[in-house]
Amino acid sequence: MEPEILEVHCLIKQAISTLSSSRDRAEIIHTLQSVKQNLRGPETANPSPQKKEFLKTYYSHFLQVLTNNLSVDWLQLLPVNQEKELLDDFFLNGPPHEAFLVLLDTITATRPSLRQERCVAILEQFLQEDRMAQLIEEICLEYTSPHMSSLQETLLNKISALPDHMANKLEKDNRAIFYPENYYPLLGQEMVLVLERIYEQLKGGMDSSLFFVSQLLGKVCMQGHTDAVLHVLVPRLTILTQSDCIWQRISWRLVENVPERWMENVVSGFVRLSAGPNVLSRLLGNIVLKNKKANFVLTHKFLLLQYQLKVLKKLLETWSNSSALRHTPIEQQLYISKAIVIILAELSDSEIQEHKRELLSGMMAGVECHLDSNIARVRQLGMAVAECLSARVNSGDHRLKFEYAEDDELRELKSLSNPRHLSSWEAPPQQHKDESSQLESGQSLAETSLNPVESRQNSQEVQDSESASELDSDDELIPYDLSIDTELQRNRAPVYISDSVEVLMTSADPEQIEITLKAVENLIRKNPTASREISVQLTKVLLHLEDKFNISGFTGLRQGGLVAITVTDTIPVTQYLTTEFYAVNYSLTQRLDILDVLALAAQELSQPDSSQRATNESPSIQLLKSETSGAYNPSQQWKKIIEKRIENKTRRFTRGASRPEPEAVPNRLSPVAGYFFFPLIRNYDRPQTPFDFLAEESLIMGRLIHTLAIIMYFSVNALVAIHMGKALLDFIWAVRYHTDAYVRQGTLFAVSSVLLSVPNNILLTEVPDELLEIRCWLADVAENDADEGCRRSALQSLLLMENFKKKLGVFTE
Amino acid sequence: MDKFLEGSLKDRIYVHLERQGPIRDSQHGFVHEKSCLSNLINFLKRRQRSQMVKKVLGTRAFIRGDFCGNSMAIPPPDPKFVLRGTGASVNTLHFCCSDQEDWNPILFSGSANGQIHIWNLKTHRADKVLESHNKQSVLWIHTLQGRNGLISQGRDAAVSTWDLSEGRTAVIDSIPLDSYGFCQCSLMQEGVGHYLLASPGSTSSEVKILDLPKKTPVWVLKPPADAKLGMPMCLKLWQPPSGSRPLLLVGYENGSLTLWDLSEKKMLSHLACHNEPIMCLDFDPERAKGISGSSEKLLSSWGLDNQQNLKLQNTLTLVNAGIADTCIRQDKKILATAGWDHRIRIFGWKKLKPLAVLQYHIASVHCVTFSDHVVPSERLMAAGSKDQRISLWSVYNKP
Repeated sequence: MEPEILEVHCLIKQAISTLSSSRDRAEIIHTLQSVKQNLRGPETANPSPQKKEFLKTYYSHFLQVLTNNLSVDWLQLLPVNQEKELLDDFFLNGPPHEAFLVLLDTITATRPSLRQERCVAILEQFLQEDRMAQLIEEICLEYTSPHMSSLQETLLNKISALPDHMANKLEKDNRAIFYPENYYPLLGQEMVLVLERIYEQLKGGMDSSLFFVSQLLGKVCMQGHTDAVLHVLVPRLTILTQSDCIWQRISWRLVENVPERWMENVVSGFVRLSAGPNVLSRLLGNIVLKNKKANFVLTHKFLLLQYQLKVLKKLLETWSNSSALRHTPIEQQLYISKAIVIILAELSDSEIQEHKRELLSGMMAGVECHLDSNIARVRQLGMAVAECLSARVNSGDHRLKFEYAEDDELRELKSLSNPRHLSSWEAPPQQHKDESSQLESGQSLAETSLNPVESRQNSQEVQDSESASELDSDDELIPYDLSIDTELQRNRAPVYISDSVEVLMTSADPEQIEITLKAVENLIRKNPTASREISVQLTKVLLHLEDKFNISGFTGLRQGGLVAITVTDTIPVTQYLTTEFYAVNYSLTQRLDILDVLALAAQELSQPDSSQRATNESPSIQLLKSETSGAYNPSQQWKKIIEKRIENKTRRFTRGASRPEPEAVPNRLSPVAGYFFFPLIRNYDRPQTPFDFLAEESLIMGRLIHTLAIIMYFSVNALVAIHMGKALLDFIWAVRYHTDAYVRQGTLFAVSSVLLSVPNNILLTEVPDELLEIRCWLADVAENDADEGCRRSALQSLLLMENFKKKLGVFTE
Repeated sequence: MDKFLEGSLKDRIYVHLERQGPIRDSQHGFVHEKSCLSNLINFLKRRQRSQMVKKVLGTRAFIRGDFCGNSMAIPPPDPKFVLRGTGASVNTLHFCCSDQEDWNPILFSGSANGQIHIWNLKTHRADKVLESHNKQSVLWIHTLQGRNGLISQGRDAAVSTWDLSEGRTAVIDSIPLDSYGFCQCSLMQEGVGHYLLASPGSTSSEVKILDLPKKTPVWVLKPPADAKLGMPMCLKLWQPPSGSRPLLLVGYENGSLTLWDLSEKKMLSHLACHNEPIMCLDFDPERAKGISGSSEKLLSSWGLDNQQNLKLQNTLTLVNAGIADTCIRQDKKILATAGWDHRIRIFGWKKLKPLAVLQYHIASVHCVTFSDHVVPSERLMAAGSKDQRISLWSVYNKP
């Protein structure tokens, strides 16, 4: 053994024994300083043999001794101003991985104490001084040596999971720098630093390995911190790779070297965060050809360019499959629709023309099955996709055009049909080596964005002064009463209800009809006696009235009139309407209108008189307002009704003083509920009905069930409710596994309305077996149904049943 | 005896009514759909209400500074007089009240049967009726040199000048026009007895400027062929207060407005201020600001900046569509519009603040104009309508 090395041996051994035993301040300081001499040494390429030996053999051990000594009384021995110099420097100047491991081990092995706190502080310093970059770089350099692999594994785990370790150990005393949202971006920066150093080495002709960086990147991404790291890394690489081929190669290698099991996360992160396809191909290079996993991820999972046509055909197949449509949740359909639209936008015209026939046949089948659906959202989705498809496939005028109201979802879908231009990607900033110039550009941006505000303010001021000078004269002139300035009407509204019937039957003047239609509801309500005389005739006229002149709000006005007459003269009108519902020669719309009117009238009757409603501030259920089209669709209301019901059952302690009780009035629906309900439920399977409800017309079937359920719901507290409930349960039993989701939703709604409206004890005594069966069925639906709405309402009904069980305590399995 | 008593009572009542004036001249005849009695009762009720409101107003207005609550506002006034007997819808009106102090103020009206009435505003009767334009509709009239001369435009595509001095009613001259449209001409005095007349030209979008009394065309203004402006719908010839060069504003069928420099035959500015044909426009040279109405519900005011560019300033949406005519009062305080919805509307000119909606006519109002009385409080507003009546109003005349 060489003498110098021997010397080091002796020195360190002596120092360690001194440090662990001595309590003499001068002695300790001397020892530390002398060891430090070894650590420092001259900063040359070839460190002195003493230093080498020290670092190789004793550094880790020495640090451990040091950390063991970190206690209150020992630290007091060190002079306050030299504490950092004497102690921290050992950790911050030596080989970083050893220091890192010792620090982390100490922190995780100790309880909260001064020693731990000191180590945390040093570790914080360690991170702040970019020692992590040093660490990664050194590991990269020594990648070749075989004994490093286990060490690498340890380091990889420790570095990538540092925030977890720290959070677990320190709990509430954790430092901000160890929070994941701070630590991972820092790690990203360290990686950039490492890459920059490697770049310098490569430029200097030296060989270098990126393997550890890649591994670290993969591991971190795998743990779900892709965005945090890549948000730092990708923009930097985007700038650096712009013109430098060495940087491009670094970037390629960085991704290539990521172990296969972590590849997907890294690549998906790059795809998400890079600004446009150009940048992406610059960053990833030809990784698709080299790496199978990346190939799979990019071409199958992300559906990039080459395979589009194949994918489109597959998607179209699914899209036009009516069974798939019926049995998959709507979110999935939305996803498929979006994918179709995007691919359509990306395909070239020639490709589309080549496969025109297949696309067209797919489209036709798809449109048909979508339009058949009873769920409005599905129909609209189908229409929107079909429009995009035909716009691409058919050139010229032969394209499909549907009428539907665009909402945000459809707009988003349609916006996807315009391929994103390369220029629309944010232009990557020009190559700036230093950050200051970027800062500058940021500032200038801020300035430009500020300026318009200023100029706007100026103009505002100018306007203000102008208007101030103009204030004087106009205000001298006091306006007269302007209330007479109303819209000019050439015709007068009829004053008597019989006149309006006359007009609606015979008149051909659009304005006259419009005015009459607007007045008719009020006329009926104002003069019930006169209305009763001609109620059935008026109902007939209104029911058969067609919107010949495109009167705005026609459906709503007519519906209002029909509801008013039904409420005014309930028994004859309901008899008429329920008979007509099953009569021949009515259009689908008219039948649906009948159902709507019956439901709305039942609702109005079930509520206190309108005169009293005005005094009662918030009725338990709001009077239904007509929607945009003016027509009201009661079938969409049932969700709200249930929600409100649940809300009502929820007890809140923070409510303010209770309102005065509304005055009690007799329920107007109670004596007549049967007239609404039984004729409707009685006739559906008679052979003379115009169509086979059970098989074909699932829309009208669904609406019928919904309407029955609504009437059921409003008949709460009526004597006849139990009979209605029994009939309804019998009725829905036949259709509980109907193929159409809308019908199923109706049956579930019916169940919940029966549960809500019929008193629990009566229900249990009258139909206990049915309840058990229904419970099994509900459980099955809640678990297995394809439609989310069905699942949710089944769950709600189950909940209602559970509540019964609690309340009565007799509901046994 | 009884009859004598009855007669003297009637006389007393009549005298009382005359003096106290609860019945106005407008109600001398029989107001449509109302008996005399109900008219009287209505009037008294309204009078009472307005008195009450005025009292309340008097106290409140001081406290609150401004007052614009509709519920308490004063009901709009009734017409001061109504002139009947034109025998056809009234298309155009022109006052002549300030030329000679001791003469009676008169009002010219042109109607759809080709008659021009000269109304005496003291007696409220037609002094003279001129038959003109082969019984074709009169589109526009204007006086020349006080009340001694008149110029009228008819649907027979001709402009006639009349000599009315010393009781004469003779056509001096007839100038054929090229256009059979509805566009009214515009007249501007250049010197004594010397006028410029702007009239729609032969081809579409063209405007022709004639020199009167020489009848020679001075300039023909042709917009560029690709402008697609449509026919000119209304013209306004005016002279800026500073410069001497006359300028012309033209409203076109496509809803756009153009400003022309006549002597250079150049279009100075173009503004698309309406979506429908412009039906009428008026301009206030002092404030370099004008107003235009169209067949839609919109009233637009626009200004002229120093570079002679038209700029849209303000738009006001009305309740009913269609403005047939508009006129700014000489004192530039208020502005009146004649609506297709039978109503005359009054606005404050500076900010287009709605001031009054006057309801009297039972058919669309075709024209509205203000009188040029010397004493401001005597000023009148006249409106002519399709219901063959001319209503005279006194609004916002208090100094």
